[in-house]
Amino acid sequence: MSRPFFAALPIILVRRERASLAAALLAPPIALIVTITLNLSLYIVMGRDPAAVIYAMLIEPFFSWASFSEVLLKTGPLLLIAQGLAIGFRAKVFNIGAEGQFVLGAIFASAIPIWWPEAAGQWIWPAMLLLGTIGGALWASLTAFWRVRLNANEILVSLMLSFVATQLLNYLLLGPWKDPNGFNFPQSVMFQYDAMVPILIEGTRVNVSLILAVLLSIAAWVFMQKSFSGYKLQVGGLAPRAASYAGFKEGWAIWLSLLIGGAAAGLAGAAEVAGPLGQLQRSISTGYGYAAIIVAYLGGLHPIGIVISSVVMAALYIGGDNAMVSANLPIAAVRVFQGSLLLIYLIAIAFVRYRLVWRQTAIRSPT
Amino acid sequence: MNAIEFILAGMLAAAAPFLLAALGELVVERAGVLNLGVEGLMAFGAVIAFIIVYHGGGHILAFLAAGLGGILLSLIFAGIILGFNANQVATGLAIGILGQGLSALFGKSYESLTVKALPKISIPGLSDIPVIGGLFTQDIVVWLSLLVTVAIWASFAYSKVGLVIRAVGENPKAAHAIGYPVITVRFAAVAFGGMMAGFAGAYASTIYTPLWADGMIAGRGWIAIALVVFGTWLTGRIFLGACLFGAVSLMGLAAQATGLDVPSQLLACLPYLVTIIVLGIISADRRLLKLNGVASLGEPFER
Repeated sequence: MSRPFFAALPIILVRRERASLAAALLAPPIALIVTITLNLSLYIVMGRDPAAVIYAMLIEPFFSWASFSEVLLKTGPLLLIAQGLAIGFRAKVFNIGAEGQFVLGAIFASAIPIWWPEAAGQWIWPAMLLLGTIGGALWASLTAFWRVRLNANEILVSLMLSFVATQLLNYLLLGPWKDPNGFNFPQSVMFQYDAMVPILIEGTRVNVSLILAVLLSIAAWVFMQKSFSGYKLQVGGLAPRAASYAGFKEGWAIWLSLLIGGAAAGLAGAAEVAGPLGQLQRSISTGYGYAAIIVAYLGGLHPIGIVISSVVMAALYIGGDNAMVSANLPIAAVRVFQGSLLLIYLIAIAFVRYRLVWRQTAIRSPT
Repeated sequence: MNAIEFILAGMLAAAAPFLLAALGELVVERAGVLNLGVEGLMAFGAVIAFIIVYHGGGHILAFLAAGLGGILLSLIFAGIILGFNANQVATGLAIGILGQGLSALFGKSYESLTVKALPKISIPGLSDIPVIGGLFTQDIVVWLSLLVTVAIWASFAYSKVGLVIRAVGENPKAAHAIGYPVITVRFAAVAFGGMMAGFAGAYASTIYTPLWADGMIAGRGWIAIALVVFGTWLTGRIFLGACLFGAVSLMGLAAQATGLDVPSQLLACLPYLVTIIVLGIISADRRLLKLNGVASLGEPFER
């Protein structure tokens, strides 16, 4: 079948008989190359030195150990959140409020060191991660309740709850949880040593939470590809009617998707305050919850693809930071890059299901 | 001025950004397309309009340019979802992120600057009525947005164009079979929605709070999308919903003025909390949504 949009062009899109694996594998790298080219052109228009930008954004993150370890550090939260979200996306449950679930995870985890700043012991950081996971899942459960019991759109509810979470964080940091000796800055006390996740690679800030993210990726792969629950979720997303005939409950899929997504985002938030930050602050997230949506799609909603795409997105963050310093590029350029990357990827994956055909050929051999 | 007078006087102006964006999204959704990029489209329109007014280009040029910016960005959305049959949710989110990124990029050197808003126009006689008189002193854009509301209501109720848009949204295959250009209609609807979101952003940054700050749209685009659901795709109810949100967003100021001891963060949360609660109440009545909803909303069309 042809796409009418191309009626004026000499080429048309024709639906493939079978989805193309080659196109699925090629789509992310091609989208990345096209996006880089487009954004570089934009920077040149803005009067920046393209060589400096290329070096700062694309080369330094991978070829300087100091930079690459920071890439690994940023990979952790993106990987955690994206794996959780992708499970829901495959079931057509669009939780886009991971940002709020991340914030709640950070808040819940911070309760321990803020209420018991003198506490010591090896139990503290694991307890914080657990509490953060619970916090994220609880915040997501509000969305699940609204969707399942009240039939409200989960996209809007989860996003509204993110705005509420941000205000809750502000309230705590300007009020009850503000560091009394913090010169009125909106941040909590610095956490004690035992509240910090152990460092994984000596001399860097990369901590144990990266291992948790990798473990979760393996768990997500097993869940989605091998387990019956994962199968039910995917059928529910692909063919809701078939799923309901087979007795798979939609409400169950929504609860499961949102709780997994919320728990993963909450864990990421906990790992951020108990890791590189060491305190609760206003800027605990640099939009991880939103960037993870792009990571999930760019990874083809597949657990293995997401591992790769989260490293790419983390490198983009670090590269953006580098470029901000060395090429005087505003940090907003990273958001423009992220948005255009997702758009171009969505065009590229159209070729998994469609192929381009010259109009002449198509007319001679109708499909 | 007491709190009620204060809210009545400012409600329509506070409602205008919600109303303009929601009316645009109404037309988009009526044509069967779900555009979740409204927040980004508004931010993009807001920064374009602010820059033009700041450099002395005037409000008319600013609104035209913001509307054009909204059209251009939403045409990228339309091209991807209609041309390549891409997932509308993901594409809308991407447009939203891109629009917010572009607005931050263009607005970087204008951060925290202000411009002069437009004067308000009073309707003689009516504006002197006690308590509700404030309703009749508004800037020109508010008056125009009320006209647009009526025009859109009338188009859907009485005109051929409105009928075609609804047919395309309800049953694109049937609409195509009787000769309506489904894709063209959807392109036009998305462009119209983009223009309205651009206007809504322009109003927010050059008239309602005439300053530029990154993130100043603050979820208004998302609330506008929610408003379309609240209004169950009916123009009049969307207008009432926008007024409700105008009032809610003023309540914070009113509460502070009366010296109420409530944390400012709670007041800042109000529009989002109200959205969540109202969304739950309206959506719980599945019959209501089915009755007025758009049958093919979000589904791609293939002939």
